[in-house]
Amino acid sequence: MSFLIDSSIMITSQILFFGFGWLFFMRQLFKDYEIRQYVVQVIFSVTFAFSCTMFELIIFEILGVLNSSSRYFHWKMNLCVILLILVFMVPFYIGYFIVSNIRLLHKQRLLFSCLLWLTFMYFFWKLGDPFPILSPKHGILSIEQLISRVGVIGVTLMALLSGFGAVNCPYTYMSYFLRNVTDTDILALERRLLQTMDMIISKKKRMAMARRTMFQKGEVHNKPSGFWGMIKSVTTSASGSENLTLIQQEVDALEELSRQLFLETADLYATKERIEYSKTFKGKYFNFLGYFFSIYCVWKIFMATINIVFDRVGKTDPVTRGIEITVNYLGIQFDVKFWSQHISFILVGIIIVTSIRGLLITLTKFFYAISSSKSSNVIVLLLAQIMSHFWINSFDLQGMYFVSSVLLIRMSMPLEYRTIITEVLGELQFNFYHRWFDVIFLVSALSSILFLYLAHKQAPEKQMAP
Amino acid sequence: MASLDRVKVLVLGDSGVGKSSLVHLLCQNQVLGNPSWTVGCSVDVRVHDYKEGTPEEKTYYIELWDVGGSVGSASSVKSTRAVFYNSVNGIIFVHDLTNKKSSQNLRRWSLEALNRDLVPTGVLVTNGDYDQEQFADNQIPLLVIGTKLDQIHETKRHEVLTRTAFLAEDFNPEEINLDCTNPRYLAAGSSNAVKLSRFFDKVIEKRYFLREGNQMTLSPICWEMFSIWIPGFPDRKRFGAGTLKSLHYD
Repeated sequence: MSFLIDSSIMITSQILFFGFGWLFFMRQLFKDYEIRQYVVQVIFSVTFAFSCTMFELIIFEILGVLNSSSRYFHWKMNLCVILLILVFMVPFYIGYFIVSNIRLLHKQRLLFSCLLWLTFMYFFWKLGDPFPILSPKHGILSIEQLISRVGVIGVTLMALLSGFGAVNCPYTYMSYFLRNVTDTDILALERRLLQTMDMIISKKKRMAMARRTMFQKGEVHNKPSGFWGMIKSVTTSASGSENLTLIQQEVDALEELSRQLFLETADLYATKERIEYSKTFKGKYFNFLGYFFSIYCVWKIFMATINIVFDRVGKTDPVTRGIEITVNYLGIQFDVKFWSQHISFILVGIIIVTSIRGLLITLTKFFYAISSSKSSNVIVLLLAQIMSHFWINSFDLQGMYFVSSVLLIRMSMPLEYRTIITEVLGELQFNFYHRWFDVIFLVSALSSILFLYLAHKQAPEKQMAP
Repeated sequence: MASLDRVKVLVLGDSGVGKSSLVHLLCQNQVLGNPSWTVGCSVDVRVHDYKEGTPEEKTYYIELWDVGGSVGSASSVKSTRAVFYNSVNGIIFVHDLTNKKSSQNLRRWSLEALNRDLVPTGVLVTNGDYDQEQFADNQIPLLVIGTKLDQIHETKRHEVLTRTAFLAEDFNPEEINLDCTNPRYLAAGSSNAVKLSRFFDKVIEKRYFLREGNQMTLSPICWEMFSIWIPGFPDRKRFGAGTLKSLHYD
């Protein structure tokens, strides 16, 4: 009886999450584009719904809500469904949409997408071999196998993202890094842009006129096509067309210049907006946060280095440790266990909320930056893929930065709550994941520091050049 | 050669609808082989004979400014784009017949382009409200072109072709639907080609001949008379709205 009640609660919450994902999809991500096939929208919403359900289950675990056997059942079911979608359906659809974009293969797109999917599965399977993740006890098609592989991919993705985020976030928020941009700079650039456009126009006018006179005189101007055409054009080229190709080359160079000027002007406008934003209250608040985050990031990088160098794996729950330290320092009588439970719950809740928000915002920004109507299907499916990797690994690993900080959950939960997770997932080698994560995080953070440094240095130099 | 007079026409529309292919087709009478994303603005020039076939024939350069990007771009990109909207003599709105959103976005494109002209202080109006009063005295000729006609199945054509009827209330634009990869849609003598050259004639007139107020009353009425005789004019009832509009111009 209680099982039925619990299941109905779970199912209603799943439907709610599904609806939310659908709305988010329609309102935010796809405000300006039209998605022609609803399959994509359904898959996205389903993935979102199941991922949120897993979080709900974690929270229920901490709170002790619902029957433990029904919780266990729902864990298993959720996991199975998400793995199914992640490993089987989404790659297939991504392959299908990529193939249908290529005109040549339009007729046999089903066949080619199957081929693509088989290649993907092959590589996916091979991925497991070099990593020491499996214990030999379990069979081939068990959940542990799939999870371990998904885990590896997910951990790499998460570490890359968080490494980049850890460096990028303070860079974006702190006004220390903002270059000074004045209105005269922008006006000067705009004038240059318009001058370049005028030069392009005058050259194109000459070309258009030359083409017209040639057409009227009866010379047919066609590009040399085929082998014989090329040979002929070497010996008997009309002077008109020679002139044209020369001018065309100049025009190409000028067009490249105009594109660069356009991008630079857009960049200056963006910087100016950021400067203005940083003078408001919200801007100052984020600036302040930026300083904190930068300290946090430096600490994270430091810890990652130490973990690798000294071959150490984090074992203790930071909140409990923090409270222990505080208690010892202040000498206050404190029921550590009681308080740590509640505080860790609150911390987990905050982390979940901020990371959901951060994830959704990052998704929309990323999406706008690279979208167009052709590739929109593929992009959404990729997003669904990334998102489900994110959620699957979230209860597994140490906390991360901003977007993926929800992974803190396992580490920050006191020991007794970890049991259900360990039970469900079997004997995956968690230590390996921690180590792998640290390595990739370090690599990604260092390379993004380098990248941002180069980008920052290069931009003012471009402005100096005449 | 640069002594010929010039006229500036903007080509606006969502990304991926086919503006670059269209401009290439209009200016070079050839199909664009490898379309790629337009960053910033690309310009092309078309040599146009104003009042072709009459004794007052004169040649003009028509500059087609193909501005890239989408309506949902960051405001820094919008501010940068605004520099191209200065002193515009005509606008061509391009939408994709297979994509409903691109037709709906034309409303926002018109807001972005026309507001820029009406507000000389350079402040970009960014709230999405569509105030019909603002466009009451808009003098810039407009043309709406729907692309990818070949991908629409015959049975759906009617539904698709009436999508831009909302623009007729405010602007009374001319409309053309074609496929940018097939030059026969704009072959000389076809109704599309006639509409196109009439649009360009109107743009040139507004720019060079109609500065004095009194001559303005004649041309819109003549315009409507021409439209009765051209077959394939898509929407009969627009004629009614058109007459009202031309009275308003007086």
